[in-house]
Amino acid sequence: MNDTVLSLLVAALVVLPLLGALAALLPAPPGLRGRNPDQAVLRHGVVVTGLVLVLAVVLAVGFDHGHAGRMQGTTDLDWIPALRVHIHLGVDGVSLPLVVLTALLTFLCALHAYFKTPEGPTPKAFVALVLLLEAGTMGTFVALDLILFFLAFEMVLIPMYFLIARWGGEKRERAALRFILYTLLGSVVMLLGLILIGVRAGTFDMVSLATDNGSGLSRGTQIVAALAIMAGLAVKAPMWPLHSWLPDAHTAAPTTGSVLLAGVLLKMGTYGFVRIVLPITPRGAHLFAPYLGALAVIGILYGSLACLALVRQGTGGDLKRLIAYSSVSHMGFVLLGISTLTATGVNGALFANVAHGLITGLLFFLVGAVKERYGTTDLDRLSGATGAALYGRAPRLGGLLAFGAVASLGLPGLAGFWGELLAMFGAFHPAAGLDRAAYLTFLALAAFGTLLTAAYLLNVVRRVCMGDRRSENVTLTDVRGFELAAWTPLVALTVLAGLWPALLLGLTDPAVRTLLGGS
Amino acid sequence: MTALAAGAVQSVDWIAIAPPVIVAVTGLAVLIADLFVTPARKPLLGVISAAGLVLAGLALLPLLRGDRATFCVAGAPTQCSYVADHFTVVVQLLVIGGALLTVLLSMRDTRGLPAGEFWFLLLASASGAALLPASRDLATLIVALEVVSLPAFALVGLRRGDRLAGEAALKFFLSSVTATAVSLLGVSFVYAATGTLHLAAVATALAHGTGQLTVLARTGAMLTLVGFAFKLAVAPFHFWVPDTYAGAPVPVAAYLSVVSKTAGFAGLILLTVVAFRPYAHLWAPALAVLAALTMTTGNVAALRQRPGHPRSAVRLLAWSSIAQAGYLLVPIAAAGYRADPARDVGTTLSYALMYAVVNLGAFAVVVLVTGGGRSARLADHRALFATRPLAALALAFFLLCLAGLPPGIIGLFAKVAVFTSAVQAGLGWLAAVMAVNVVIALYYYLRWTGLLFARPESAPMITPTDDSGAGTLTAPSVARIPFPLATAIGLAALTGVALSGAPQLILRFATSTLF
Repeated sequence: MNDTVLSLLVAALVVLPLLGALAALLPAPPGLRGRNPDQAVLRHGVVVTGLVLVLAVVLAVGFDHGHAGRMQGTTDLDWIPALRVHIHLGVDGVSLPLVVLTALLTFLCALHAYFKTPEGPTPKAFVALVLLLEAGTMGTFVALDLILFFLAFEMVLIPMYFLIARWGGEKRERAALRFILYTLLGSVVMLLGLILIGVRAGTFDMVSLATDNGSGLSRGTQIVAALAIMAGLAVKAPMWPLHSWLPDAHTAAPTTGSVLLAGVLLKMGTYGFVRIVLPITPRGAHLFAPYLGALAVIGILYGSLACLALVRQGTGGDLKRLIAYSSVSHMGFVLLGISTLTATGVNGALFANVAHGLITGLLFFLVGAVKERYGTTDLDRLSGATGAALYGRAPRLGGLLAFGAVASLGLPGLAGFWGELLAMFGAFHPAAGLDRAAYLTFLALAAFGTLLTAAYLLNVVRRVCMGDRRSENVTLTDVRGFELAAWTPLVALTVLAGLWPALLLGLTDPAVRTLLGGS
Repeated sequence: MTALAAGAVQSVDWIAIAPPVIVAVTGLAVLIADLFVTPARKPLLGVISAAGLVLAGLALLPLLRGDRATFCVAGAPTQCSYVADHFTVVVQLLVIGGALLTVLLSMRDTRGLPAGEFWFLLLASASGAALLPASRDLATLIVALEVVSLPAFALVGLRRGDRLAGEAALKFFLSSVTATAVSLLGVSFVYAATGTLHLAAVATALAHGTGQLTVLARTGAMLTLVGFAFKLAVAPFHFWVPDTYAGAPVPVAAYLSVVSKTAGFAGLILLTVVAFRPYAHLWAPALAVLAALTMTTGNVAALRQRPGHPRSAVRLLAWSSIAQAGYLLVPIAAAGYRADPARDVGTTLSYALMYAVVNLGAFAVVVLVTGGGRSARLADHRALFATRPLAALALAFFLLCLAGLPPGIIGLFAKVAVFTSAVQAGLGWLAAVMAVNVVIALYYYLRWTGLLFARPESAPMITPTDDSGAGTLTAPSVARIPFPLATAIGLAALTGVALSGAPQLILRFATSTLF
């Protein structure tokens, strides 16, 4: 496909949701009023996100897979000459999978909301916020200018805040506030790092900065900038010990909010590591890599242990909270992969990123469905003495939950396996100059973490899916049509990515090699 | 000075001084017209004031080239008392535009006030604010500053029989007079040490050294700056602001927080960057510390405002304006560390322009919500989106601009410019302090924004009591927004949105040479 078309596609991915968000606030034009205003605006959401998904798929098809390391579909407009900010967009093999993932998950969320109107204030605002969120995440993944990246990075905060604070469950206001203040604190620190790079290098252009591979920046600048940027991204990712906003936010968020938060927003943090920290401040990254690796491993173990504690009987563990902690653990693998600074590790990290988006997105959808049916996500109340017996009472839902759980624990043949394996592979042979002994320790601990992961996820399956079929309330609504429509793509892609990892790795590998440059 | 005495033969460039003169003349015209206008037609005076300000704004057009100067010392064309360069034009544009928005805000709110006096005082103060950025000698600077402040005391205390207003005016008056006294003492020291009042000449004299009088010159410079710090409500000289704003009519508070403050900043820039340039090593670190102190004080205090407290919305905006003054000081402090301060000055101006637009917009919505009554509570904004969706969206946009988060893109980029200024000057610690402050500020801006979209309380909504008796306009929650107020909110919102799309419109000042 010719490059102009690609450029237009990339730009449309950001602009379309923005316009859609504005349009959602206006009254529906005659002819599109639908049954009632709520239905009309929810349908508007489905149409716009669907259109974005179509564009993303067309982009993925038109993308020149032979040159995945090269930026394609670029647009470069001078926006604010005073600050040297350009509207510079484009995709390569690193960002393309994330773009498609974002488009897919947002569409599925909109579809889910269409059939199951979220409980809260008007759906109008809901649709506008989801579209704004989509514009922000898309912008983050296609921005090639540091300040534009920051702008897009920040753009998701307000919509996510309101999604949690207005459509969420218990303690939502507190959780939402905590989410936004934490991430903002991180991102303003990141902004200082970005500005430092821009001031010292004289440009905010990520492509030319990445090509320079840090040659235009002194070691001291790189170290300070890398520290500031990593701090901001680590809050978002989230990295232990900066993760504490995540479980609260997930517990309080509505289903769609959780899906987007885990599936898309967390990826912005790890994407930033690969896109900015590794290529632009390589010497800073090299200095901090072992610390990053250590914290990542602590995150893996901490997340799994927290999940194990939550899954035990009598602790009053919340299923959403448990999956949130499991996200901390999974993102630990992603960060470990990045910290190896090798192509293998970073490829693994990117793979695990996408896999986590698919699987955790699915899990949050499923937990939302469980909550809808049982009215609670509290494991003790859910499972009673023996278990919630989902297999018996809603067999398809139970089966899907079990599928999600085994995919999440990294069963070979499913998406969760390859990313974590490659990340650990990377840790076996970290980049030159990194302490191999330390990384071998990380590797051993991370491997132990996978065991713990298997333990708590199987426990979840035992307590939620198995158990006595109680006489009262025997049948529950099993998976409904729209739910199946929303979940099938995630299941299919999980299997596809597990069976054919080359599909994804073929895209990321050339791009990762370009980004890592000589180092 | 001797040359000025030969005023009889001095030629005056009337075009250059047109903006402040038009504002002043309009003020006088309104005062006189007040005597002949029947009470029913008093609103006409507001229209005349607005027209005068529009005219003054148009008078800026011939000055866009920025090369006019007048009241020069004979034989020394570089020593002029009034210079209409780019800096002047930008500040005058801000001041006149800000005054115009204030007039629009006041049209409904002044019903309980003596109309003629109100408009006269407002325009008199605005003419001083327009004069201030153009003045290039210490005497004109102080006179202009007083022209800004003196009518402002009266504006604050204009509401008769109001104990709070009286107290507010008195606090404002006493602190301002102290500030002026200190400044004047400083100016006299500087004059004694350098023998000149022209800013550029002062700089030259200070650079060449003042011999035995160095201590005097330094003390003078510092005292002058302290006086200005008082006027700008820089911490620790900020205590008068919240009470003054809370006691004043809301539009007057808006005026003080934007127009009067910007004029003060223009004066501070002229003093530091032009006159006391050779003492940059003294004032720059001091300003950096004051900036950090000011933004922290303002934000922490704003954080503690209780939503149910009377006038909490105005108090919150008052404290937030103190915090924003802290951000405005950052580039000025940075200017002291750099050989070429023009960019930093431009950054301050860009930020001030952004702040003026969105802060006036926020005040406009507050005026709308409270109907200018006494209880400008934050709690009164609850569920505004349900009754007035457009006003609620506008206020949310203004608040997010002040916080610097998208969709308030212009606020974000203005902050990016300030951060850049600090980082370039090597003031990393100040940038870090500011970063923390941005997060603190988000908390209260966001709390307010969230309130706008909250569900209405289950109890029937209590409409704010309106002591001006304009019941027909405020009582029903779906009443039409008065036209001038709608214009003000619309203008501010449109400007904000346009600037968000094209931030270069104001950020270009951050790269151009203004002097």
